[in-house]
Amino acid sequence: MSTATVEETSVVVAPEPFWTRQRRLGLTLVLIGLLAAVLFGALAPSEQARFTLSDDAEGAALSINGQLGAVLFGILTIVAGGVLLAGLAKRRQTALLGLGILTFVLSFLCWQVAGKFMPLVDTTSGTMQLALPLILGALAGVLGERSGVVNVAIEGQFLMGAFAGALVGTMATSVWAGLISAAVGGLIIAAILAVLSIRYLVDQTVVGIVLNLFALGVTGFLYERLMQNDASAYNEPPRLPEWRIPGLADIPVLGPVLFDTNLLVWVALLLVVAIHFGLTRTRWGLRTRAVGEHPTAADTVGIRVRGLRYLNVLMGGLVAGIGGAYFTLVATGSFTKNMTAGAGFIALAALIFGRYTPFGALGAALFFGFAQKLATYLSAVGSPVPSQFLNMLPYLATIIAVAGLVGRVRAPAADGLPYVKS
Amino acid sequence: MSTETTPEAPAKKDEAEESFLSAFTRNLWAANTVTVTALSILLAFVIGAILIIVSDAEVLAQFAYFTARPADALSASWQLVSTAYSDLLKGAFGDPEAFSAWFNGSGTWQDAFAPLSETLTYAAPLVFTGLSVALAFRGGLFNIGAQGQAVIGCVTAGVAGFAFGLPIVLNLVVAIVAGALGGALWGFIPGILKARTGAHEVITTIMLNYTAALFLSWLVLQKGVQDPNRTDAISKAIDESAQLPSFGGVLRVHLGILLAVAATAGVAWLLNRSSFGFELRAVGANQHAARTAGISVAKTYALLMAIAGGLAGLGGATQVLGTAYALTPAVAGNIGFDGLLVALLGRNKPWGTLWAALLFGALRAGGNRMQSYAGISLELVTVLQALIVIFIAAPALVKAIFRLRATRLVRPGASLAKG
Repeated sequence: MSTATVEETSVVVAPEPFWTRQRRLGLTLVLIGLLAAVLFGALAPSEQARFTLSDDAEGAALSINGQLGAVLFGILTIVAGGVLLAGLAKRRQTALLGLGILTFVLSFLCWQVAGKFMPLVDTTSGTMQLALPLILGALAGVLGERSGVVNVAIEGQFLMGAFAGALVGTMATSVWAGLISAAVGGLIIAAILAVLSIRYLVDQTVVGIVLNLFALGVTGFLYERLMQNDASAYNEPPRLPEWRIPGLADIPVLGPVLFDTNLLVWVALLLVVAIHFGLTRTRWGLRTRAVGEHPTAADTVGIRVRGLRYLNVLMGGLVAGIGGAYFTLVATGSFTKNMTAGAGFIALAALIFGRYTPFGALGAALFFGFAQKLATYLSAVGSPVPSQFLNMLPYLATIIAVAGLVGRVRAPAADGLPYVKS
Repeated sequence: MSTETTPEAPAKKDEAEESFLSAFTRNLWAANTVTVTALSILLAFVIGAILIIVSDAEVLAQFAYFTARPADALSASWQLVSTAYSDLLKGAFGDPEAFSAWFNGSGTWQDAFAPLSETLTYAAPLVFTGLSVALAFRGGLFNIGAQGQAVIGCVTAGVAGFAFGLPIVLNLVVAIVAGALGGALWGFIPGILKARTGAHEVITTIMLNYTAALFLSWLVLQKGVQDPNRTDAISKAIDESAQLPSFGGVLRVHLGILLAVAATAGVAWLLNRSSFGFELRAVGANQHAARTAGISVAKTYALLMAIAGGLAGLGGATQVLGTAYALTPAVAGNIGFDGLLVALLGRNKPWGTLWAALLFGALRAGGNRMQSYAGISLELVTVLQALIVIFIAAPALVKAIFRLRATRLVRPGASLAKG
């Protein structure tokens, strides 16, 4: 990946200490692998864990003895960690880390699913749906932050988008009108953010937090004044249709998730690719990154710093507003007060955890979506693991990531700093 | 409205010759803190009024024939807005009718003072969370985590309040201290992470907020914490000996507000008179210079966040020991985020924060009455609060709207527009 601006590229000349980042990562993986092999292995009943390839218990399934699987995958985690700890395969560090986490999750699943079944189609499509607003919200963040504007108002943009989508969608009885006005709703919050932080130089985090409260208040107020009194006139928007692409939709597991679904999934995935391409391969992307890293230098070569920041924050508002439409036009079909319930902050977490890159954000959003889906699955099958702790996962993972315990995340250098032309 | 009042002042005029009155009127329309604050509040209320009008179907219907009979629409709008805002005032400061009933003997003094009591009740926790944010701000840290710290403060104070069964006074003291310690721990985490690894406190505190909320919602359902007679998410009640004393009846105001005033004085002393206060202000002003001068920036960050967390924890403790009397997933309400707004409105000064908290408490108390009497949703108060702070944080915007003169005196101090 050509994200040279985000990942450290400078070569340290001084001799490295023994406990390099790779070794610490390896040690962590070995420890959690041990935990998985011993604890999960001991707790798992020796029964079959079935992962069915359908929506329910019927049909073909991948199955494995729960206890065996928990121990086996735990040992694989230890192996992955061991390779890192030994200082081998330095170029495959990310892949090994991913493998270690994946096998740890699988070990956990073997323990939990032993004696039961887990429908893979339902799990993957649930993950995709839960991740959908997170992807869009995180992309909105990528657009703003790569050009140097911190966007903690994703939550507010979600709420405004969800509200506007429901209101206009119902009044116009058109889901497309709803979708467009959802984008406009996000745009409004983004415009306030942009004007206050770029033109009036207010601290970007302060504006973001206050705008979240503002959006919460306005949508809640209008919800109680308009929607609660007359839901059929203001709060029953049509839902986004689901489209099925023949042929592709028959691929097992991934087919129904990606090719028998609503438009937003494709929009989100296309945007990930488009923004990645834009940031790394186009003039706009180069300028955006220049403005985010060193605005003075960018200004010197004739790039309009403030103009570009306005453009990016407003585009981010459109994207986040569409993400807000997910809540009313896809997930529930009506607006309720504070319905996003912190999803905007999980999107922020995904953005940071994904190292401010589009594909990183996609991966993080899918991971967090999976954690949420798993939490609902586990509470449905009556697991002893409390769902609240699984729901904490995105937040804790982000704290660990920014603290550099597992790989330091570095924000764009000028992120959060207003640019004053001197 | 003010274009005529801003003529080009002759620069040659000697300032000493100015009379007090002309100096006063000149400064009145300059962009000083008081003017900007007052105009921010005014602007917020104007926008709130517009929101009330556009969300009312009956009044909007009269605007449909505005060109034919403009008086109808205007008087209906005026009627709607003035009822709403007068209920807001009555709910915050007192209803004149209740006072006259008290003087006639047909009412009680408790009823007359009930609105003021509500204002103080809502203000008390906000003072603590506001001080938490303000203090951290002065040290250069943006403590968005006051919400999470208050939640953990609620948890530790609440659990200490029903678990130990200590004798009177001691039980209360232990519960309050537990609340402060819990909040301090939750504040210490981002502080030490910032000090040791440089992790940005905005990100870590946001994440810790949600972690704390999820932890609370898990905890209240656990055996030993959940009320054994209930199936919903509520804990056992706080022992009476651990509750903050109050008047009882309609007067819900409790000892918490006095503690809040004491805490304000304490923070003011800490900030302006103690050596740690000097260090934290030095770090907040310029951490590189402070480091050069021999101040340990890392230690300051960790300690500062612990103290800020402790203050927010106290806010949680007053909430659970003074008004809620039991833990629920929403026991802390929004006091942490409101504290953020309060600190911004109070310009990160201890006494300013106290006044701002009182204003927010008044809005909240008045909002309750506005909701039940005038039928205007309480959410309007959230909008007003957010708008006030948006305008406060962007003085240049207010200046541009009202065409205020620039102040002559450029004051240093806690600037909001700090990166």
